Amino acid sequence: MDRISSLERVLRGLLLTLIVIFFLFPIFWILLMSFQTNEQILRIPPSLTFVPTLDNYKALISGHLVTSAGTLDIAFMRNLGNSVLLSTCAVVLALILGVPAAYAFARFKFWLSEDIAFTLLSFRFAPPLLVLLPLSLYFQDLGLVDTYVGLIWVYQLIALPLILWIVRGYFEDISPDIENAYRIAGHSWARTFFKIAVPLAGPGIAAAGLLSFIFCWNNFVFALILASADKQPVTVGALAFVTASGIQYGQVAAAIVLSVTPTLLLALYAQRWLVAGLSLGAVKG
Amino acid sequence: MAQIEIRNLRKSFKDAAVLRGVSLNVDKGEIVALFGPSGTGKTVLLRLLAGIYAPDAGTIGLRGRDASGSPPEKRGIGMAFQNFALFPHMTARDNIASALTARKADAAEIGRKVDAVARLLKIGHVLDHSPRELSNGQKQRTALARALVADPDILLLDDPLRNVDAKLRYEMRLELPALLKRAGSTVLYVTQDFKEAMALGDRIAVLLDGEIAQCDTPARIYAEPASIGVARLFGDPTLNLVEVEPRLVDGVPEVRVGGAAIRLPASYAAAAGGNYMLGLRPESLHLVDGQAPGTIAVDLVAVTPLNEKSVLLFTMEGGNELLASEAGDRDVPRRTGPSRLAVDLDALLLFDRNSGRRFIPADNMGARP
Repeated sequence: MDRISSLERVLRGLLLTLIVIFFLFPIFWILLMSFQTNEQILRIPPSLTFVPTLDNYKALISGHLVTSAGTLDIAFMRNLGNSVLLSTCAVVLALILGVPAAYAFARFKFWLSEDIAFTLLSFRFAPPLLVLLPLSLYFQDLGLVDTYVGLIWVYQLIALPLILWIVRGYFEDISPDIENAYRIAGHSWARTFFKIAVPLAGPGIAAAGLLSFIFCWNNFVFALILASADKQPVTVGALAFVTASGIQYGQVAAAIVLSVTPTLLLALYAQRWLVAGLSLGAVKG
Repeated sequence: MAQIEIRNLRKSFKDAAVLRGVSLNVDKGEIVALFGPSGTGKTVLLRLLAGIYAPDAGTIGLRGRDASGSPPEKRGIGMAFQNFALFPHMTARDNIASALTARKADAAEIGRKVDAVARLLKIGHVLDHSPRELSNGQKQRTALARALVADPDILLLDDPLRNVDAKLRYEMRLELPALLKRAGSTVLYVTQDFKEAMALGDRIAVLLDGEIAQCDTPARIYAEPASIGVARLFGDPTLNLVEVEPRLVDGVPEVRVGGAAIRLPASYAAAAGGNYMLGLRPESLHLVDGQAPGTIAVDLVAVTPLNEKSVLLFTMEGGNELLASEAGDRDVPRRTGPSRLAVDLDALLLFDRNSGRRFIPADNMGARP
């Protein structure tokens, strides 16, 4: 028995290691690339030994990209700032709008409630490119093209349905009697929402917020069409590395490392909420 | 003026009518046990009173004023839920105190009141635990403490002993009446256990099929049930029912049960010629020796001794079964076989076979205690 289980353990460890290597190798490779020059990256055959350089990071942070064709100004740090600003504002707005809405959909069956909830979810089905053309025309008329407000508004298409549906499942999991008991104790409807419903759905709200933050952060196509250089997030900003003198792989890698870091840290910090949140909300939804 | 005044209350969910016109008055300081099998709308009625649901029709008066439209937080009642409904993210202390914080009481007074009610319910030592860390009994007491702490003059208890183990239920059944009387509140107590209803209620309101079938003192409900439905709900073992057609023999009403002619009191004369069900409480059947007239020839099939009583199962002519219970288990024969049963005519019940309503004998209409 003992030998079988120890063999099993070894096999399991081996398998897990293989899977981890398979999934993490690209990230590891990018990390290595970010410390190499373009020449080192492109040499044949590729080699794991090199003298690390911080030039890529220096160029990104200072904003001056030195290529064989000359010096290029890039706004990477500004793009990173835009990403943080856009994603944070979009998620905060989506939470303010989505959590009360999720509560309403969970607790009250009003006329067309299911249809409205489903319509909001269906925003996630449509390919973004489909809505972009009419949207950009409307935004032109409204003067929302190339504004933070306009982008944050469009980001609601990503964040709001996600928050609405995940958090709704959480609210549905809370026994209505717990809220009823609080109201019978003499507390108003609004107080019951903030003191009972929101804290009890807290993990779900946190998980939904994080997830929609990641989706907003990773969005590319909305900002590509609707924003110009100084409003663009990193996902679009990374296009600047495709220069006249070729693709700057070293800087691209360094940019990826820098832009992944904030969401990675956030996800690591809240990992247990994220996993518990996704499974719990999904089962009941 | 009644403290709780329910008038013709109706409530349906989708197409299913749960309450079909319930009227009930509860006087100040009275404990009324709302009793009925599951699914008859007891909890729904309580929730309508608490303001959790809105009635389809009818009115609810609380303390002499119409409360039909007011939200739960304005009704000033205490309520304990069957599933406890404790706030999982608060300690037991905060759970109990929640009924006081809404009333803007100061912290010292809240602390004093919570400690007092916790001492009364013997949960003082677990006040700083969260609901997750409490046993079922402690949860139930915490929920009860939360309902009691603000001294509400109207208290709604939704089967609070349902989810606790048998031993604790027995203990609480002994403690609760004193506790409720001490609080001096008007209490509506929902239960599905007829023993609990009889132990706790000044009166019992029997809810059957969405209507109050009878509302009376426990003794009268047992002795003079309004219908077969009510009679069957009370008693363990339940009442025996035998189809009979009373006839007048020499001017005396008589029924035939298992081949035996049983003479009824003269007050049952009006029942002659109708189709009835004879209801025989198990404790009103007694084993007798000899072949006296009016005793039923039966076959004793099984004896179940239960210490304080024994339950005897008989079959009689025609294959019908009869249950009898005898106090104690010592003098009861263990040997099965043919024997005879005498019927105690004082506890006799006769029900109309079509309507199910009890036949009320001519001379003692409501006179029996």
